Parts: sequence; C-alpha cells; structure tokens
Amino acid sequence: MTSDEPTRRDFIMVATGMMAVVGAAGLAWPFIDQMRPDAVTRAAGLPVEIDISAVEPGQVITVTWRGKPYFVRRLTEEEVTAAGALTAGDMKDWQPADERIDEVEGADSGWIVVSANCTHLGCIPKTVENAPEGWACPCHGSVFDMTGRILRGPAAINLPSPPHVFASDTTLVIGTDTAGA
Amino acid sequence: MSQLEHHGTYTPNTGIEKWIDARMPLPRLMYDSFVAYPVPRNLNYAYTFGGILSLMLVAQILTGVVLAMHYAASTGLAFSSVEHIMRDVNSGWLIRYMHANGASFFFIAVYLHIFRGMYYGSYKAPRELLWILGCIIYLLMMATGFMGYVLPWGQMSFWGATVITGFFTAFPVVGEPIQQLLLGGFAVDNPTLNRFFSLHYLLPFMIAGVVVLHVWALHVTGQTNPTGIEVKSKTDTVAFTPYATIKDAFAMMVFFVVFAYFVFYMPNFLGHPDNYIEANPLVTPAHIVPEWYYLPFYAILRAITFDIGPIDSKLGGVLAMFGSIAVLFVMPWLDTSKVRSAVYRPWYKLFFWIFVANAILLGWLGSKPAEGVYTTLAQIATAYYFGFFIIILPLLGLIETPRRLPNSITEAVLERNRASASSEAKD
Amino acid sequence: MKHIIATIGAAALAMTLVLPGAQAAEEEGGTVHYPLEHPHEQSWSFAGPFGTYDKAQLQRGLKIYANVCSSCHSMKRVAFRTLEDLGYSEEQVKSFAAQYEVEDGPNEDGEMFTRAALPTDHFPGPYANDAEAKMVNNGALPPDFSLIAKARAVERGFPRFIFDVFTQYNEAGPDYIYSLLTGYGEEPPAHVEVPGDLHYNPYFNAGTALAMAQPLYGEDVEYDDGTVATLDQEARDIAAFLMWAAEPHLVERKEMGFRVMIFLIVFAAFLYIAKRQVWSRVAH
Repeated sequence: MTSDEPTRRDFIMVATGMMAVVGAAGLAWPFIDQMRPDAVTRAAGLPVEIDISAVEPGQVITVTWRGKPYFVRRLTEEEVTAAGALTAGDMKDWQPADERIDEVEGADSGWIVVSANCTHLGCIPKTVENAPEGWACPCHGSVFDMTGRILRGPAAINLPSPPHVFASDTTLVIGTDTAGA
Repeated sequence: MSQLEHHGTYTPNTGIEKWIDARMPLPRLMYDSFVAYPVPRNLNYAYTFGGILSLMLVAQILTGVVLAMHYAASTGLAFSSVEHIMRDVNSGWLIRYMHANGASFFFIAVYLHIFRGMYYGSYKAPRELLWILGCIIYLLMMATGFMGYVLPWGQMSFWGATVITGFFTAFPVVGEPIQQLLLGGFAVDNPTLNRFFSLHYLLPFMIAGVVVLHVWALHVTGQTNPTGIEVKSKTDTVAFTPYATIKDAFAMMVFFVVFAYFVFYMPNFLGHPDNYIEANPLVTPAHIVPEWYYLPFYAILRAITFDIGPIDSKLGGVLAMFGSIAVLFVMPWLDTSKVRSAVYRPWYKLFFWIFVANAILLGWLGSKPAEGVYTTLAQIATAYYFGFFIIILPLLGLIETPRRLPNSITEAVLERNRASASSEAKD
Repeated sequence: MKHIIATIGAAALAMTLVLPGAQAAEEEGGTVHYPLEHPHEQSWSFAGPFGTYDKAQLQRGLKIYANVCSSCHSMKRVAFRTLEDLGYSEEQVKSFAAQYEVEDGPNEDGEMFTRAALPTDHFPGPYANDAEAKMVNNGALPPDFSLIAKARAVERGFPRFIFDVFTQYNEAGPDYIYSLLTGYGEEPPAHVEVPGDLHYNPYFNAGTALAMAQPLYGEDVEYDDGTVATLDQEARDIAAFLMWAAEPHLVERKEMGFRVMIFLIVFAAFLYIAKRQVWSRVAH
C-alpha cells in the first residue's frame, strides 16, 4: 500500500465512468439517427421540374415538393398593380410586392411561388380572386394577398417562398435556387 | 434459512429523499435490491449471465421498437420494408443486425445461464419457483424468437412458420382447428404475419414482467454459489454494489466484444441465406432448418421415427419435443441429491458435461438432413437427454458419494486461496 | 476452471473426430446433396475486417449487369441514386437512369404512362411480372439479383463453419456466383443425368443442371477502363457488383466495427482494472 494509491484508484474509476458515458452516447446516436429522414425521403426532396407552359395569367396551380404543396400563381397585370398599391400600413409583415414577384424573361407578367400551408397552423388556404385578396384560410380565417402576404387573421407572417428558379419561360424548378440544376 | 436475513440499510438523508420515501419507497427498494443486497463472495463469472441477460432484453426491446418504426407487417410489404431498413434508413442496417444477432446472443447467454444453474444445483430447494420462473422466461423467449423470425417474410420465415404451426396437427381431432386458430387461415398468410407481429411486440414485455418475478424470487432465497452451501454469516457475503456490479459490468463488456464482432464482421453467419429470398408459398427450400437455438429440440422432434403403441411417429416426435422442455420444469424434484453443487459431486459432474456435449451434438444433428446415420445418432442423443433427467438424476442422488463439503463459504474461499498460493504465486 | 476447459476441449476433440466420419458416411451412401462441387474460394477486395469495395470493379460489374444479365434478371431493390457509391457523379447517374423507362401515373387522363427513369427510381425489371418471366423462359423464373449474393451462400459444413468465425469468411455468395459462371462447359460424369433442356453445372446449388445457359464467355462487354474482358474477369466483376447490390453498407459497417471493437476492448480493460481494485479489498 503506497500513499498515492487512492489517487490512482480514483483515476481508474473516473476514467471508467467517463468511458461509460461516451459509450452510452455513441450507442444512442444510431437510435436518434434512424429517426431523421431516410435516403428515400431525402432523394424525394431533390428539385422538381414543373412545366408551366399551360398556366394562363390569373391562374393558380398547386404542385408538390418534399410531400408538401406549393402554389404557383401567374398574375395578370391588374393583379400586379393591385398588389403594388398596398402599403406597409395594410399588413403586419410588410414586404414590398416586387420582392415577392418573379419576373420571367420573355413573359409579360409576374409569377408567385409560395408555400400552400398557412403560416398559422398549416391548413391549405383557399384561392380567392378578389384583389388585393388572393388566399383565405378556411381553418382560422387568415387572409393573404395575391403575393401571399398576410393581410389579416391569426397568421403572423407571409407565406414563405421555397427555393426556386425559372429554368426557362416554360419550366419552373422548385427545390433549388441555382440555375442549371 | 437461506441468505443472511438482511434488513434495509437505506437511510434517506435529504428532505426530498424523505418525502419520496414516505410516499413511494422506490429509491429504498432499489438501494436494498441493487446496492446493499448481499451476494456470496465466491461467485464466479458463470454468475454474470443474469445481468447480461437483463441487458440483452433491454437491447432487444430498444432495437425492436426502432425497427417497428420502419417495418410494415403485410405480406406484400414486409420483405421490402426490411430491405428498406437495410438500405435506406439511417443506421438501419446496424439496428437490424443488432436485433437479429441480438436474438442469437440472447440465447447464447440464456443457455450458459441454464447450464450454470444445472451445474451448481441452483434449481434445488428452496429455489424451485425461481427455476420454474426461469423456465417460463425461456419458453416465452422461444415463442418470441420464433415469431420474430417470421417477420422478415423470407423463405425460412414462411416455411419455418408452416412447419412449426404444423406441429399442432399431430394431435388428433383438435390439432387442425388449433392450427387454423393460430394461423387465422388455412395456410401461413397475411393474418398470420399480422398477429405474429403484434405478439412479437407484446411478448418481450411479458418476459420483462416474469423477469421481475424471477429477480424477486432470487432476492428472497439469495444466490446460490459454487460451493452450494447457504450463506451462514455476514463474512460469507459482499455488497452487490460495488462488488457484483463492477464484475457484471466487466463480463457484459466482454460479452459485447463478441457480440459486436458478429454484428459488424459476421452479421449473417448465424442466419440462413434462404431468408434473403422473399417468401414463396409454392416453393419449399431444400432443407428447412430453424434458427440454431432451436436445433436440439428440432433434432429430438425428428428422432422419433417409429410408432409407440397408439402414438404415431409424428405425434410421438411432437410429444418428445414438448416433453424435452417440460422435463426442465420438474428437474428440482427429479434430483434426489442432498448436495447442491457439482463441485462436490464427481459423478454428477461427469454426466453433466456429457449432457452439455450431448446438447451440442443434438444441435448439430438438428441442422443435418434427417436420414441415415444422423437419425440413429439423434435417437441415441435423445435417449441420453431424457435418461439424464429421468434416470441419472434420481439414481445418482441415492448412490453417489459426495466429496467433503466445507463448513462455510468463507472457509472454502480461504482454503482455495491457500491451496493456490502454495502451488503457484498467482493472483 | 481448468478442468472445465479441459472437459470442453475433450468433448470438442471427440466431436471433431466423430462427426466428419458421419458426414463422409452420408456422402457415400445417402442422398446426393448439392452443389456437387463446393465453390472455389476467391480473393475479394471486400473480404476481411478492413475490406472495401473496388469501385472500378463495381463499375465493370455494373456494365455486365446492364448489358448481359438485365435482359433476364431484375434487380428491383437497387435504386439508381445509390450508384453514386460506385464513384459516379450525380450527372452520370442521372443520364444512366435516363436510359431506362419506368411506368408512372396515372396522369390527369387517368392513364399510366412510361417516362425516362430518374435517380430516385429502382432498376426496372425485364418482365412485367413473374408469370411473364416464366412464360418467356420455358417455365424457369430468373431470380431477382438484389440480394442474390447473400441468398446463395452455400453451406460450409462442420468443422469449416467454426473456422469461418475466426477467418471472417463471409464471401460464400460471391464465391458461388464466380464458380457457377465459370463452371459451365464441363462434360457431365457418366452417372449424372442431365435433362434435355437444362445445362450441366456442378456448382449449381439446387441440382445437377440449371435452366440458364452459359451467360458469359469473355468479350461480352468492352470495359471502359481498358481491362481485358476475359470470362474469369467478368465473373469476378459481376460477383463483386452483386455483393455491393446485396450489402451496400458493407464498407461503412466494417469501418464502424473497427472503431467500436477498439472502444469496447479498451472499455473492458478499464472495467477489469476497476474490478480488480474493488475486489482487492476482499478475499474471494
């Protein structure tokens, strides 16, 4: 028995305990990891190409990416004007209309690409054509304008835009914002 | 009687400990059962498999719950969903291999645990109930393992289920209705798969329940020990924590090294290749073999190739197989010896090791086609299996002269230490 | 403890002496067991604790599958996107997938249609269903290739399967595939009967002969990396590729296994030292 033995004993116990903690954490990881989206789901999240050649001004189509719906709306010139006329006083999450409208080269009108899930609790708002109102959510009464900005109701923020890019004047790609993907 | 009476030594110190202790003394129960609980000081590593088994049960439940998150119990989807786990789910291959090999290692541990109990006479009075609860756990494990093997819906899953549920048709009159009741149809099909999934999820929790009873019974009588002598004084025991805890932890880690070796390097060694072929009700594999842990019983089933009076060979085989497990339940009353441990029973020790070798031989024979020399060997091995319980155990207790027993555990320990110190300076 | 080990050793020794004798007796007298000849053990890049797939070999194997095997054999559990494991870029995978047509739909008119396959699709099979596959192939069903390398692991027998644990022999499947593909062309021995429309192959695991005629002869494909496409080379490459198809996470598994083993062994050593310290307080 030497006097330094207690320290050595403590070291062994502490080191063993620490290894147990590390081991438990390492073992826990696969069990958490398996809950994350699997390879199929991730692959299904690849960008989707949408043919928009048949969408007329004033028309809205619903498309899906990663299992969630998105609105693609082609605005008429009157609707662009009506959206542009709204001011910061009209809404709670102010954003200028031209920041939300995509101008496509060679086309004469703007496009809106926004999430189709209400920012309140996720219901799908109904499309209305009563400028400047564009969508009204049936669940809790949130009303959005033509560009997806919140006008009134419980939702606090505008409908967000997914990453997207117009590959040409007839093809919209949702899921990436870099051209050529 | 038995283990030194130990009254709780738990004393709540802080206010919150006192508050809980007055309302639901769970910390007291835990402390008295797993910290202050006295265990014989001479337990060897053969006594660590109880702890290993508890850990394996938890591991199987955890991995199983995770697999159920991704598995689809439907004949059309089951096989694909398992492949989905293997290919696409994050770490899915790891969790599935852990679960599949975990079943095998669960059985490895349970067999060592049972053999340890047989060697040291753990089944003898006053531990009969403890032993019977263990047999029930083992039966539940076999049912769980069998149903789990059906879930991947491979060829062996399907045909294993067909053969095993076919056992029941051996019974006259009631056999076929029982089989249809189990299958939910006339053949193994979607209803069968769905109920097996449901029961495979349920049974482990029943096992956990019986394990609680098993541990309760253990803590009433106390552990046996290699000498087979009951604890007589406080010097015969050490506290569960840290002594047994640290030893169990080390044994678990060694067990896990072997387990990990199989999971990461030999994950399909213990499985059958045919289970990577999707179930096909129209094509039977060339040799149907159960998982390795059922092979000894499968060999006994097939060893009965002859009619015994009014019992035809099919029913005879099924009865022999069920009987081979049933005989375990009555083992405490078949052994007439006054001495508990094989350490002091030279003849029992010999017959015990022959029994172990015989069980392994039966396992190997179970994997072989039932023909020619294999059948003869299986019949001899089956005869020894039953002879061991029914003839050797009762007779041996009457005619065997046991070696001199030490007076106490402490004396045995000190005697052995003296002997080894004089022969070689070891430990 | 010493005599326990001695007893186990004696029992094992006795079994080692007796059991192969029983096996030999079986082979002489009883029923014939297939395959007639055991697969030849090959050396594989993915064998052993540090095994990895040879990506160039997998690419060659893919070419054989795509140009030869896939005309009869499906591989429905393998998705095109996973071909990136073989070292292809996302773009290459996309254009490879686009060579295949898959059914999709229904469209707005309620009709199913075919389109070029995307990386998210799985390899489409050559036949619409099993019944068509059998009809085209004289009643024989060409098996799916997704898991064939794991499903065709030939039984090794006692005592070899015990040694396999220590040598980590896991390659019975690829060995079988290689041996079968290179095992055609022998004359059947006089006592072996071969039905007229079947093809003799002593390595086939379910009979003396199989419905598939010799599929590879050498020079069946032209390799992009300039490797000479001998029959031996082709058989080796397709077997390796099929192993990847059956076990795509093999390399990841072995790499993780090494780290886990090191950790567990060190942890066990620490526990052992701790256990010695605790027990040093009491004679046992």
